[in-house]
Parts: sequence; C-alpha cells; structure tokens
Amino acid sequence: MAEIKDNVTRRQLLRTGCYGGCLAGLGGLAGLLAAKSRAGDTVWQIDPYICIACGNCETHCVLEESAVKCVQVYEICGYCDYCPGFHQPGAVALDTGAENELCPTGAIKRKFVEDPYFQYDIDESLCVACGKCVKGCAAFGNGSLFLQVRHDRCLNCNECSIAAACPSGAFKRVPADKPYLLKRVENA
Amino acid sequence: MRLLPHTIIAVIALLNLCAPASAELLFPPPEFESGYLMPSTTTPHPHQDVYEYVDVAVLFVALSLASYIVLKKRSRRATFVLMILSLIYFGFWRKGCVCPIGAIQNVVLSIFDATYAVPIAVLLFFLLPLVFTLFFGRVFCAAVCPLGAIQDLVLLRPASVPYWLASGLRVLAYLYLGLAVLFAATGSAFLICRYDPFVAFFRFSGNVNILIIGVCFLLVGLFIGRPYCRFFCPYGIILRQLSRLSKWQVTITPDECIQCRLCEDSCPFGAIRSPAVQWPAVEYDKAKKRLAFLILLMPVLILLCGWTGSRLKNVTSRMHPTVRLAERIYLEEAGDVNDITDPSTAFRATGETIESLYQRASVIRERFTLGGWLLGAFLGLVIGVKLIAVSVWRKRTDYEADRAGCLACARCFKYCPRERLRLSKTKKEFR
Repeated sequence: MAEIKDNVTRRQLLRTGCYGGCLAGLGGLAGLLAAKSRAGDTVWQIDPYICIACGNCETHCVLEESAVKCVQVYEICGYCDYCPGFHQPGAVALDTGAENELCPTGAIKRKFVEDPYFQYDIDESLCVACGKCVKGCAAFGNGSLFLQVRHDRCLNCNECSIAAACPSGAFKRVPADKPYLLKRVENA
Repeated sequence: MRLLPHTIIAVIALLNLCAPASAELLFPPPEFESGYLMPSTTTPHPHQDVYEYVDVAVLFVALSLASYIVLKKRSRRATFVLMILSLIYFGFWRKGCVCPIGAIQNVVLSIFDATYAVPIAVLLFFLLPLVFTLFFGRVFCAAVCPLGAIQDLVLLRPASVPYWLASGLRVLAYLYLGLAVLFAATGSAFLICRYDPFVAFFRFSGNVNILIIGVCFLLVGLFIGRPYCRFFCPYGIILRQLSRLSKWQVTITPDECIQCRLCEDSCPFGAIRSPAVQWPAVEYDKAKKRLAFLILLMPVLILLCGWTGSRLKNVTSRMHPTVRLAERIYLEEAGDVNDITDPSTAFRATGETIESLYQRASVIRERFTLGGWLLGAFLGLVIGVKLIAVSVWRKRTDYEADRAGCLACARCFKYCPRERLRLSKTKKEFR
C-alpha cells in the first residue's frame, strides 16, 4: 500500500482552512474599508449655528481647562458701546468695572477704538468656555462671539467627551485640513 | 387692479426671505474713520496628519520588535523594556488615543454609516495587530498595548483564577465587544472610549468616575494578572481567536518538554495548561451524552438570548441621543415633567416638528431590535461554545501555553530547564 506522504489530519486541514479564511477576511475588510476611507484625519469642531451655549463645554472636556474657547469674529461684531456679550444685563455703567462685566473670569477685553466704538478681544488664557457671553451676544447682538474647539489644546479623543454631552448635536467631525467652523458675514 | 396690493405683499415677503442671505446684521459693523485695522480671528492648527503616520510606523516597528524578542530572542527583559517604551510612547506621549481597541468602533461605524469615512491611519491601527497576531500570536498584548503594559507593571503577587471561572468571566468581554459594536453601528456612542479605564492616567486628567474604575482595575491587578485584558478587553477577544490560528506561537520550551512541571505555576494569566490524561471509559460515555445535550441546547440558547436582546431594545436604544431626546420630549408633551432640559430646548429651537422627531427615533429603535437579536444570538453562541469547551476532552501531552490565552509576555521561559541549557550553550559559543 502506498504510504501517504503528507500526514494531514482533519484538525490540521481545518486549521489551515480557517487561517486562509482569516487572512482573506482581513484582506477583504481592509480593501472594503480602504475604498471608503479618508487620507487625512478628522478633528472635532462645534457648529456655531447649532450650538446653544449650554455650558457643557466648560465642564465636560477631559482636560482640566477645556479645549473649547470663545472666539470673536471681528467682521460680524458691531463694536457696540453697550455689548450684550460683555456687560451684565442692567449694568450700572458701560465701562470695564468688574461689577458690570458678564464674563466670570474677565476674559473679554474692551478696548476703545473711536467714538462710539469699542473692540472686544478674548483672552484665551482666562476663557473657560462657559458660553455666557455667547448667549448674550446671540440674543441681543450680532452673534460674533461663539465657541470653537481650539486645536492647539484639543487632544482629539476618538470619542469627544463634550460631544457625548452636547445637547444640540453641535459637535461634528470635520477634516483636519479645515479644522474650524467660523461664522461668516453672509450667514450671520 | 385688485391684484396689485397682493403683488406688493408678495414682493416684500420675497425680499424678507432673501434678507438673511444678504448680510443683514442687527448692528452693522461701523465704518471706521481713524484708519483702524480690523484684527482677524486666530485659528491654531491641529497636529499635522504626518504624525498619524509616524504613529502607524512606530506601531509597526514595535510589533516587529515584539515578535522578534518573544519568538526568536526569548527574552523577558527585552520584552519588559519594549513594554515600558510602548507605555511611554502610546500612553503618556500620545495620550492613549487612537488605540487599536477603540479603532474597532471607527471601523464598525464606517461600515454602517454612509457619511463617516475612517481615516487610513486608524484603519491601519486596527488591522496591523490583527495581522501580526495571525502570524506571531498575541505579541501586541505582550509589549505594545499601553493598557496591557500599565497593568503588567503593577502585577505584584499573581493569584491563580480557576479555568472555569476565567472562562466564565470572559463572557463579559464578549458582551462588551457586542455592545460596543451595537452602539458604534447605530451611531449611538463609542462605548470603549467612554469607559477606557486607564486613559485618565495617561492624560493626568479626566472623568473622576472613570479614574476610580481605573484605580480599581490597578488594585485588582496587583493580585489578578491583567484583569482588563483577560476579562474585559473587546479587542483581546478578536486577538484570542486569531491567535488560535497563528503561524508561529510562543512555546515554553525551546525544543522538547521533559515534563518537569517547573513552569506549571509560572504564568500569572493562567495560560499554561497541564497535560490532560485520557478520561476513564465511564466518564467518557457520560461526557458523550453531555456533549450531545449541549449541542442540542445551542440553538435554544441562541434563540433565547437573541429574543432577550431584542426585547431590551427600549433600554439599549436609550444610548442613542435622538431616542433619549424623543423620550424626553414625549414626557414634556404629556405633562409628566415640568422642567425642560438643554437637549429639549435645543430641539425646540430647531423648529423641527415633534412627529418627525418621533419618526426618526422609532426608526433608530427598530435598528436596535435587529441589533438586539444579533447581539443576543452572538452571546448565546459564545455561551454555548464555552459550555462545550469546558466539557470535552482535549488531548494535551506537554505543558504548553494555551494558544488563545497566552499574552506572549515571555515570563515562563526562564522556568524551563531546557531553556537554561540553551542559554548556557549560547553563552559558551560566545566564549
């Protein structure tokens, strides 16, 4: 009787089959997904037209100091003397007195430009992304103050903790080469 | 003409409609006279994409090195050094994100969500360890995964967990994997990222509850080797199955097993199985009947678990923000609650009708019915296979590392006298 050269057992055959199947499966998955993938990474950003400035950005970021900050788009700003994003409602005087300021950390800086206009800047080292000024500016002003993820601070977590807590679904994945969603004059 | 007033109204209405598009600000920006230059908003850039590919390259090099060290060089010390380096790079330097464990969800989401495309770097992070496992066993777990490394470091006095208990606890990992896939596929949440117990250590900041869970894992990890890896890690489940088929595999002895039993207790992860003796004939007959019963039980288990999973759709679908919102709005509309929440405020500001929200939510909930069936059936299958696995006799002649459970940590090598002989020989050759 002729001797069987390769002593292939059933178990070995099964194993080889599974092995080939796994390799083919991984290859297939890679091919399928490679066709539907993007070369660049995505980053998190807030759509300012959806954001309701609820204040979750201040408290839900994994960083001690949130990666979200308020930004000012100067093209939209009205440079008002009374700024609803800067002043307390019913402020005693329209000046930089602490009792008149809305921002709890004094992160908005008011600078005289020319009568009767004032420039408002955000000091990002002080801003905590509470969104109080955003609400004020959106309610009674042009809405030039709004929240954005600052990418020099953001860790770009796979699931953003703020996004998970965002009540309006304003957090989006955007392409890393266009990482900001700034308001524009034509949409204001 | 009676039509004229209507026409005028229509024109005004049209103009009003166009208004938002034509830069109509409440307080138009002033025309400055003092030559004032308007500053522009700063937009600091994120990490460049290049770094993503650097990460992939580092991952590839680390996996290759780990395979060489574990299989060829057979050195625990080198494995340990590589493990520390990986912990520093992937953990503390890159802050533990993105990792292959979490990448499961990106891959699943991109399969089910037409609008989401997985970045190539993330896809490679998911695939590379799988491919390496298929060739060399779980070298990723051994020396590359930062989550494994941080647990391996704190392992002080390993206690052994009985095989049946470890096998039972592992059902949790299958459940975790199944839920993570379900929630990622429905676009609800990235469960693995949300409950990553060690990422808070890597960042020195994060959610307090998660930090507490992480501390608990490390405390348990003092006595039970790598509890997260063995009983919870969803990626570990995939690696286990691929490792069963791997082309090369860790062997305790470099050549032949002399049955000295010195390595028996060396594995802190319970992956060394002792040789199994043939069962006595009486036992064997009983086992045959049991096997037949378990095989018949399998479809019952699958159907039962699947049915349970689908019945839980009201609970599981609550993970999806839209379903949560719809339930909240329903309560508010019914007058069962008096306050309003941020999500409901945000929803009412959009002007979408409540009916259309309910519509969207019920579509999503239906997906959870099917998802629940699949998840439950998967778990039923797992439990069925596990029951069969603990009740059949498998021939084992040598002390060998369980192909699936072996984390390739290289601890057992030095317990083997054959290994010592090999090392002394190589030393002599050097002289």
